[in-house]
Amino acid sequence: MPVETMIAPEVRARYEVVIGLEVHVQLLTQSKIFCACSTRFGAPPNSNTCPVCLGLPGALPVLNRDAVTMAIKAALGLNCTVNPYSRFARKNYFYPDLPKGYQISQYDQPLAEHGWLEIELDGVRKQIGVTRVHLEEDAGKSLHEGFADSDRVSYIDLNRSGVPLIEIVSEPDLRSPEESYAYLTELKTIMLYLEVSDCNMEEGSLRCDANVSVRPRGAEKFGTKTEVKNVNSFRFIQRALAYEIDRQIEIVEDGGHVQQETRLWDSREQRTYAMRTKEHAHDYRYFPEPDLPPLVVPDAWLEEVRRSLPELPQAKEDRFIREYRLPKQDAALLVTSRAQADYFEEVAKLCGEPKSAANWILNDLPFALDQHGKTFSKDTVPAANLAELVTEVVKGTITGKIGKDVLSEMVGNGTSALEVIAAKGLAQISDPEKIAQTAREIVAANPKQVEQYRSGKTATLGWFVGQVMKATRGQANAQVVQEVLKRELGGS
Amino acid sequence: MDLTALNLAEVRDAVRSKTASAKEVALAHLERINREDRNVRSYLTLSPERALEQAARVDRAVASGDPLGRLAGVPIAVKDVILTRGVRTTCASRILEHYIPPYDATAVERLEAAGACILGKTNCDEFAMGSSTENSGFFPTRNPHDLERVPGGSSGGSAAAVAANLATVALGSDTGGSIRQPAALCGVAGLMGTYGRVSRFGLVAFASSLDHIGPFGRSVRDLAAVLQTIAGRDPHDSTSADVPVPDYEAELEGGIEGLRVGIPREYFAGLSAEIGDPIQRGIDLLQNIGCEMVPVTLPHTDYAIACYYIIATAEASSNLARYDGVRYGLRASEYDDLRDMYERTRDAGFGAEVKRRIMLGTYVLSSGYYEAYYLKAQRVRSLLARDFNEAFRSVDVIVTPTSPVPAFKIGERSDDPLQMYLADIYTVTASLAGIPGVSVPCGRTQGDEASGVPPLPVGMQLLGRHFDEARLLRAAYAFERAGGFDRG
Repeated sequence: MPVETMIAPEVRARYEVVIGLEVHVQLLTQSKIFCACSTRFGAPPNSNTCPVCLGLPGALPVLNRDAVTMAIKAALGLNCTVNPYSRFARKNYFYPDLPKGYQISQYDQPLAEHGWLEIELDGVRKQIGVTRVHLEEDAGKSLHEGFADSDRVSYIDLNRSGVPLIEIVSEPDLRSPEESYAYLTELKTIMLYLEVSDCNMEEGSLRCDANVSVRPRGAEKFGTKTEVKNVNSFRFIQRALAYEIDRQIEIVEDGGHVQQETRLWDSREQRTYAMRTKEHAHDYRYFPEPDLPPLVVPDAWLEEVRRSLPELPQAKEDRFIREYRLPKQDAALLVTSRAQADYFEEVAKLCGEPKSAANWILNDLPFALDQHGKTFSKDTVPAANLAELVTEVVKGTITGKIGKDVLSEMVGNGTSALEVIAAKGLAQISDPEKIAQTAREIVAANPKQVEQYRSGKTATLGWFVGQVMKATRGQANAQVVQEVLKRELGGS
Repeated sequence: MDLTALNLAEVRDAVRSKTASAKEVALAHLERINREDRNVRSYLTLSPERALEQAARVDRAVASGDPLGRLAGVPIAVKDVILTRGVRTTCASRILEHYIPPYDATAVERLEAAGACILGKTNCDEFAMGSSTENSGFFPTRNPHDLERVPGGSSGGSAAAVAANLATVALGSDTGGSIRQPAALCGVAGLMGTYGRVSRFGLVAFASSLDHIGPFGRSVRDLAAVLQTIAGRDPHDSTSADVPVPDYEAELEGGIEGLRVGIPREYFAGLSAEIGDPIQRGIDLLQNIGCEMVPVTLPHTDYAIACYYIIATAEASSNLARYDGVRYGLRASEYDDLRDMYERTRDAGFGAEVKRRIMLGTYVLSSGYYEAYYLKAQRVRSLLARDFNEAFRSVDVIVTPTSPVPAFKIGERSDDPLQMYLADIYTVTASLAGIPGVSVPCGRTQGDEASGVPPLPVGMQLLGRHFDEARLLRAAYAFERAGGFDRG
């Protein structure tokens, strides 16, 4: 996505951009991180609550083992070192949707550290450092709009209070909005592969804050950074970053200094604006959470999680290229979703034609799905059905062109390829006898063109082929038609 | 027979043998509370319906010959920082004046499952912060031995109720001495178990790493029976220990021949004679009944008070953040905006001592001060624990005074918080080390008839190794049997 900018490219070229991302990912556990309440999204307000997540007096947290397992999985997927001993800490601040007046998080002893993930931009791969992955609880939600009395009061929904999150902090290794977008996309893909989160930004299960600064190219010291928050869709991340970068460059170009501050992205205005100082002038007074013992991850647990890790997208892409001889671009596209990659492998194995399978899955299937307003799922067109279609096309039973129509039928009715082909009589006609019959009829009906051909104007053959194809509604095998016509025209 | 004068074992026997019904026992106590508590003021809330319902349940079980719980028919008072479902739980604070909890503390649940009848909720220092019960947001409780004097604190209501026969036993909470000190000042026995021995689920938090629930009783056996009931792992409290619970009552009888008793010199330096003399008599008695006295040293004792007041206030400042007027409890009636609502609510709802501790705790956790205060205090805490570990290599229990002073007059110290904090000098060390401690009566001060000071109870503290409550109670029991409670 090209980004509109206010700064001349040659000016921007004098600056280096430094971005680090803090991503919050909601874990897909059944219950909350410190109590047994459900994490289901969309339940009536305050219905998924109990004394623990309401912060009632006397309640105590008990750590959800599944949340830790998923966090370890995520950490391993990001090549982190999982600490055998980590601690929870309290982050203290007052806010109405924070029922205890503190958030249980991790601070100086996080679950995992020193990881990385790889992004690829314009064919170049780059490693981005992952500083840390830690576990924490989510706060509730303040509802400032949508009620008859919203001009006077705010409502609070604590269903989200205590939902498990991991915070993934990157090193300041990102050098452009595009790299940042690639990092987020890769991060999301990995989380989806690991099945630890649905990464749904609209429902808040993936949230991203960015630390942004600029410095003159070649400078060693980082510029003053701002923290950009409230970017709640993938679409806006590049825009928000590009805006913020240009804003900072403009300040520096004008001889000013960037203020260290938190800025909120306003998607309606397409700009960032500074939060009021009071809103973020926090001293969080972190200290170790006395209600929870240290989190100990013994080797056995770590190994168990490690063994459960699926093949990750980058490795899968490399393997597809190696094993199936796919063009790099196809492999890269196929692995963007684990379901799609798995589907591809199944189809490829069934039909033995990986390159064709990839083409069908990447080009024709999305088109057919789109025609019917459907999205990809492995059940819409079962892998066996698509494999059958690919096989029939390769065998020559139908042409590629007809294959597309067959696929559309398959998507629409859930029928198999052979069923569609049989029902509609779409099979390609390759029998020379059948074709010769039609060819003879056409030769007989067009003496003038026959004369032209025989007098040496062999290009007229093309016209005859067209006529035969038309008469067979495209089902005739073009190769056979040519051979038959040559015989019919030249022989008599 | 005065049913209110019986100890726990006697009540249990009376109910089992049908000498008295659980209902009669409960009613006798409720009547005595009606009559006497207007002077002592140990209760904040009574729960007669709950007590009588439970008594009826016990009586039905007795009648039908069903098995009875360990505490069947035993009337018990519960400190008002421990949650009771459907019964107002205020923490003696205005901010929770009308708070009715939706669930029971694990300790309460276990008591009732064992047949205990909860009479009501006892007064204390607000959020258990204090050593005299004068910091109650409602009224001070008086010492039954002299109504002009404090019962100690923070569990002053529970101690006074047991001392005045307004309950057979009681639950208190101990963070830096809040069971042991009022037990000493009221002339009853009080126990703080090892940290993690009793679940804290449903105990309104003051300082999470130091808070304990524990019993008061008029005899050591009473403590053993209650501890037996409430101890043990609780899946709702991650800090509760998965350590087997021995049969504390059965273990009482083991005898203490050859028990090595440590006398830490730091606890006797500068001790006044009025406390020191009865304690010395108590030590002599222990020696007479077969204990071996061994001098020990706990070299970091001097730093304990400072260490305690940093860690406890730090945790308190965070634990009390939830009382913000948003979801439950008091909310200021008028305010301009959110921040103003917080400030007015907390200003109106918290008393002076609570505010002082929130400010102290906020300060020591603040960026720039955290290392100098909180972190350093944590290091001192480790050193204090090491002191005890060292000492317990050569002794089985340690004996100290519980409090440097007997019950003081109401108002006498309330203007001097530092003086009040120093009264915790002998109790905070065990809290910081996480070891168990029991205070038992050990005679009385001489008193001074001329100036109208009556002889006042003195308490002796016994400290033990982690999870060694059985031995601790056995020593206390032997002391009691030898007449130590009265003679000192």
